[in-house]
Amino acid sequence: MNSNQKWIAFDTILRREIRRFLRIWPQTLLPPIITIVLYFVIFGQLIGSRIGTMSGLPYIQFVAPGLIMMSVITNSYSNVVSSFFGSKFQRNIEELLVSPTPNWIILLGYVAGGMSRGLGVGFIVTLLSLYFADFSIHSLPVTIAIVLMTSLMFSLAGLINAIFAANFDDISIIPTFVLTPLTYLGGVFYSIDLLSEFWRNLSMINPVLYMVNAFRYGIAGITDINIVWAFSMVGLFSVLLFFLALRLLETGSRLRS
Amino acid sequence: MQPALSIKNLRKIYDNQFEALKGIDLDVAKGDFFALLGPNGAGKSTTIGIICSLVRKTEGVVTIFGHDIDKDFSIAKQFVGVVPQEFNFNQFEKPIEILVAQAGYYGIKANIALERAEKYLKQLGLWERRNEISRTLSGGMKRRLMIARALIHEPQLLVLDEPTAGVDIELRRSMWEFLKEINDQGTTIILTTHYLEEAESLCRNIAIIDHGSIVKNTSMKTLLKQLDRETFILDVREELTECPILEGYLLTLVDGHSIEVDVTKGQSMNEIFIELSLQNIHVISMRNKANRLEELFFDMVEKNLIDAAGGQADE
Repeated sequence: MNSNQKWIAFDTILRREIRRFLRIWPQTLLPPIITIVLYFVIFGQLIGSRIGTMSGLPYIQFVAPGLIMMSVITNSYSNVVSSFFGSKFQRNIEELLVSPTPNWIILLGYVAGGMSRGLGVGFIVTLLSLYFADFSIHSLPVTIAIVLMTSLMFSLAGLINAIFAANFDDISIIPTFVLTPLTYLGGVFYSIDLLSEFWRNLSMINPVLYMVNAFRYGIAGITDINIVWAFSMVGLFSVLLFFLALRLLETGSRLRS
Repeated sequence: MQPALSIKNLRKIYDNQFEALKGIDLDVAKGDFFALLGPNGAGKSTTIGIICSLVRKTEGVVTIFGHDIDKDFSIAKQFVGVVPQEFNFNQFEKPIEILVAQAGYYGIKANIALERAEKYLKQLGLWERRNEISRTLSGGMKRRLMIARALIHEPQLLVLDEPTAGVDIELRRSMWEFLKEINDQGTTIILTTHYLEEAESLCRNIAIIDHGSIVKNTSMKTLLKQLDRETFILDVREELTECPILEGYLLTLVDGHSIEVDVTKGQSMNEIFIELSLQNIHVISMRNKANRLEELFFDMVEKNLIDAAGGQADE
């Protein structure tokens, strides 16, 4: 395939992915919006008004970046894991496997699809959050860069989960038992300065903490951790996950018998 | 002339150590209509899976129009279109979307893909249903959709794994016509089927695979010549109460108006008609009891099974 044909193949996968999540919007777009609105109402307004400030910010302004990031993470991940596993389950992934589309294009196509949903939902949630909280952007480059990298990283993780998954249980285990605890313990709702030293140190191995804090820095200008370190961690994880996903596609593990 | 498909010493051992292919060799000439037959589990689908990259081979070399599927995979894949045994498209998408997306995976621009999709959907009688969710199509329509999808990049080698399974006879015959037409236009076709009548009427060359080995690889004509016994059903005008006796022939009374007769090589149907006529029995029509290829196929495959059973008993 020449580069133009590769672009067409990538564009086809991406369009198919976007069409998929738009077609089933009551399952893909509506639930995260409702969930986030509930978070804002309950944690931001009802409980938040009694909490007061966190790291010098009104509580609703503190949680808003975390809630936006949470929707980017879960939607990027769940789009790729459900779409790719669905293709495996229905066996229409074979349409791609018999074609000359290189594996790295398949990978990029699915990841771009996941990012489209993650960033799309993130954008809608950001607009909604403006209704509940007043905030301005402290650093646009940091905000955009970290949200892109986070969406990329979790789309890659979703793809790896889908490749390994053998049944529908396997695609819900990681989001339920790994992703949700990491997100809730990743500094979305609290500053890690509130934790004792042991729990604070333990939190430092949670990659979500770096993303949420970098994003919060981009929006509000405050962070619990070093921003350069945050970008380095997310960048490193993304590179590792990219090559792992590519390797799995190249070897045909769990895709070709 | 360079073959459309060349397979050398192809072996496949699955993870559970089952040896599905035991080093097969096979050449399919350009423009051929080739039948790959065998009982369930013989290795047909594994062979097809390897040709189209869905199954990883353990050993051997596969080339498609001279392009190695390992070394030149991108070019080799452009030459092949595959219609699998089971439905493997997204049942929630529309036929037109499925075809255009498949074309995209081959790097074909959307405008060309749309033109081709229209052409093949019309030829296969699916154009009116192009915007309906594929799940709502009938079984026969889904099979035709998979044929259209396999043709969207206009491959020179089309591999069909039991394309007419579960399709009614009328539709099956229209699919045969369509396949004959594209074969006449130069597309090489490899067909696996359980309908041996289908293979006999469509294919020029044939390979029979059993227990992972090729047990026969020849032309259809040569193979059919090997048939040394055929069974015919004769429908007679007179009502028969007992089976007529003809010297040298084995006859069985099927019902009051039908006789079954075994005819071996060298025996003459004329002789049978004359002898029956002398007994005031007039034949009004005749037909093969079973398809000729079917008789040969069962002879070969059953012989293998008996040999295998005998071998095990000896051990």
